[in-house]
Amino acid sequence: MPGPQPVETTNVNQSAAQRTPLLRTSGGEGADRVFQWVITACGLAVLAVLVLIVYELIGDSRLSWHAFGFKFFGASDWDPVNELFGALPFIYGTLVSSLVALIIAVPLSVGVAVFTTEMCPKALRGPLSFFVELLAAIPSVIYGLWAFFVLVPLLSGYVEPFLAKTLGWTGLFTGPMYGIGMLAAGIILAIMIIPIISSITREVLMVVPQHQREAALALGATRWEMIRIAVLRNARAGIVGGIILGLGRALGETMAVTMVIGNRPEIAKSLFAPGHTMASVLATEFSEATGDTYLSALIEIGLALFLVTIVVNALARLLVWTVTRGQPARGNV
Amino acid sequence: MVDRAMTGAAVLTVVIVLAPLVAIFGYLMYRGIGSLSWSFLTQTPKPVGEPGGGMANAIFGSVFILGIASIIGVPFGIGAGIYLAEYGRNRFGAAIRFTADVLNGVPSIVIGIVGWAILVKGHGFSALAGGVALSIMMVPTICRTTEEMLLLVPQALREAAYGLGVPRWRTTLSIVLRTATSGVITGIMLAFARIAGETAPLLFTTLGNQFWNLRYNQPTAALPLQIYVYANSAYDDWHRQAWAGSFVLIVLIVTSVAAVRYVVRRGSFGAA
Repeated sequence: MPGPQPVETTNVNQSAAQRTPLLRTSGGEGADRVFQWVITACGLAVLAVLVLIVYELIGDSRLSWHAFGFKFFGASDWDPVNELFGALPFIYGTLVSSLVALIIAVPLSVGVAVFTTEMCPKALRGPLSFFVELLAAIPSVIYGLWAFFVLVPLLSGYVEPFLAKTLGWTGLFTGPMYGIGMLAAGIILAIMIIPIISSITREVLMVVPQHQREAALALGATRWEMIRIAVLRNARAGIVGGIILGLGRALGETMAVTMVIGNRPEIAKSLFAPGHTMASVLATEFSEATGDTYLSALIEIGLALFLVTIVVNALARLLVWTVTRGQPARGNV
Repeated sequence: MVDRAMTGAAVLTVVIVLAPLVAIFGYLMYRGIGSLSWSFLTQTPKPVGEPGGGMANAIFGSVFILGIASIIGVPFGIGAGIYLAEYGRNRFGAAIRFTADVLNGVPSIVIGIVGWAILVKGHGFSALAGGVALSIMMVPTICRTTEEMLLLVPQALREAAYGLGVPRWRTTLSIVLRTATSGVITGIMLAFARIAGETAPLLFTTLGNQFWNLRYNQPTAALPLQIYVYANSAYDDWHRQAWAGSFVLIVLIVTSVAAVRYVVRRGSFGAA
């Protein structure tokens, strides 16, 4: 007889015959349902973690929010004694240190990625990427240790005097040369985010179709022109995504920054001056915060940091996703 | 000509990028090995200002806290990864996947605040709070790598198992997960290596301790914490010990990753 026969046999055979990975059956053995429930609970745990973070941060910062409102993010006084809290110095510090880090890291990372994918002999590719990834494996506190004992003396002894002599007229490189300050923080952050930006850039460069490169070469481009026109231009969105991801990491980096930025909640134009970031003030003052408003103000800074990094990271992932998975490469003629 | 210059520039960037790597590892070896001694590995810190002493309690404390973090984080991470790969090929799964990616980017100090808020406020600093904070960091990483590894297992394998009458839960655990074991373990080790060096979440969850502590609900010393405190101090001897501690930390991370890799390789050859 044509067509499937109804099978009246034991449960095991029935479910084996019915169940394929493409069908979702609502019935099934008890053990299967329990397993599915347990696994789904694990999946929900990920969501629960996010909800928990948001709940705790908002709940514990309510006190500060009621006391200061939006002015919290515009005020510059950080005065625990008189219970006056303003987060502007930290926002400034976070932005400036991350900006300095990006300015240093982006050309270096893109250069390394371009070298590894386009210019490097095939045999060197593996070891080279391995070493750059190794930079990402070093714990943050060891970066801070090295920066404090090696980088800072280097800066105060050689680099900062040089910068003050040549570029001091810009106003960015003036003032006492402690070594410790915004410049040191920017440099160590740059070293820390280079592996991230360069690995994503390498990924998006490899996705560019080979025929784009060949077309440019056939039209008479030199290797650099080919890279600039056919490869980098195509991978633009992905590279920007990688840069934003690196920015996200730089915004939240705590330990290395805390050890070299000077921890002074003040806004200064010069990069030689000490500063403070949102993450570093949390690291230094949280365990010693006296009073509920103080603690609540710190947690509000933590909430702001959390929201900023979430937005930045989500944006970055969207950008990278559109290049590596969705759209075909488009060449601008 | 420009082409030559740009090639040179690219090589220059590679040199500049690799220079700090060499500098850091070199300096770490140089200062770290020089400061390492038997007393460093077996003694607890001496009172402030007195030379000598070691980080034995911090080394043990780190192992303790990382153990707690792994016991909580690994099962949840693998479970979430199994969910995303086997049951979550829909919009809800996409939401969880996106959440995991976003959580990977949350600054570790914010996770420390959350750990403080749920386990320390009202109860006091503890090793458990530190372990929980670190496990929160492990779960998204392990979840995503497990998912990717499970997706690599060919669909034909699952269908063959169903065809033989193996129930779904058994297929997922004994066949799919088993096939992806080495990849999953690599993912776990990556997450472990990442949190082993984390200091910020421990700053106000375990706080640190000058003495031995074997109880989960008391402040505990941890290696990264101790390095941070010693580095910020004013004593040369403590700076020396910070370098030795950094060396021990890197050695511990590298050996644990290598050891697990070795065991997995032996195990998979033995099973095959």
